[in-house]
Amino acid sequence: MATETTAPAATTEPEAEARLTEAIAAAAQPETSVPGAQRQLVVINWSGEYDKVLPTLIMSSVAAASGYKASVFLTFWGLLPFVKDSRRLTGENTMQKMLSFMQRPGIGHMKMSKMNFMGMGPWMIGKLSKQYNVASPQELLEACQLMGVEFLPCQMTMDMFGLKREDMIDGLGDPVGAATVLELMTEEHTGSLFI
Amino acid sequence: MSDIHTTVDAKGLSCPMPIVKTAQAVKNVPAGELVEVLATDPGSVKDFAAWTRSTGNAIVEQTEADGVYRFVIKRA
Repeated sequence: MATETTAPAATTEPEAEARLTEAIAAAAQPETSVPGAQRQLVVINWSGEYDKVLPTLIMSSVAAASGYKASVFLTFWGLLPFVKDSRRLTGENTMQKMLSFMQRPGIGHMKMSKMNFMGMGPWMIGKLSKQYNVASPQELLEACQLMGVEFLPCQMTMDMFGLKREDMIDGLGDPVGAATVLELMTEEHTGSLFI
Repeated sequence: MSDIHTTVDAKGLSCPMPIVKTAQAVKNVPAGELVEVLATDPGSVKDFAAWTRSTGNAIVEQTEADGVYRFVIKRA
């Protein structure tokens, strides 16, 4: 593969030429070169709190970086961080709107499962993360999406919270149900997590 | 073939960013090329070993100096 040539025109800038060669070689290479079956990670992300979404994003980004197929099922509270941060009130009826008022959706508005203290907890963890160079949930989500982690919203949860596709962040897969996830979870060489 | 193609400076970064950044860099170099990684996360020693086992890429050089771990990875 290293001997692959792109027959560039003589007038091409060397830098652009190098990038092109790289891109072609990268596209021609599979994500993993380990022989044998494709390994897979499936995460059922149901919690939606900062300290639980973080490990979901860490494990799935590393899975994708290691050549695994990574799928994350977004269900119940775990769907809410994947609503656009800019959405304030979501839902179609009063009760759905009230729920979104009580728990503002979006990855920038996650609470802690412990020590939330009216937002003091997430603020302190955010400070410590910066100090110790720990990636933010937003950065991890971006890395996941760049590396092809598949995020599957739960159709039932979308309906129950009155969420529409345009409420959700870009790049999510089609909404699915439990049968789809069960099939993924029971494939060979698959690890499943319920977070 | 012993020239470093790309260097990933992951100094100061915590898990999982050294692996994530390295995976992206390795994906962008042609097969057989070398990627140098500089990291300060002590966990990266075990993590890079596991990562190369998972991906089939190879660590061809590994050193540590003043708390900086240097890995040279050859893309499979």
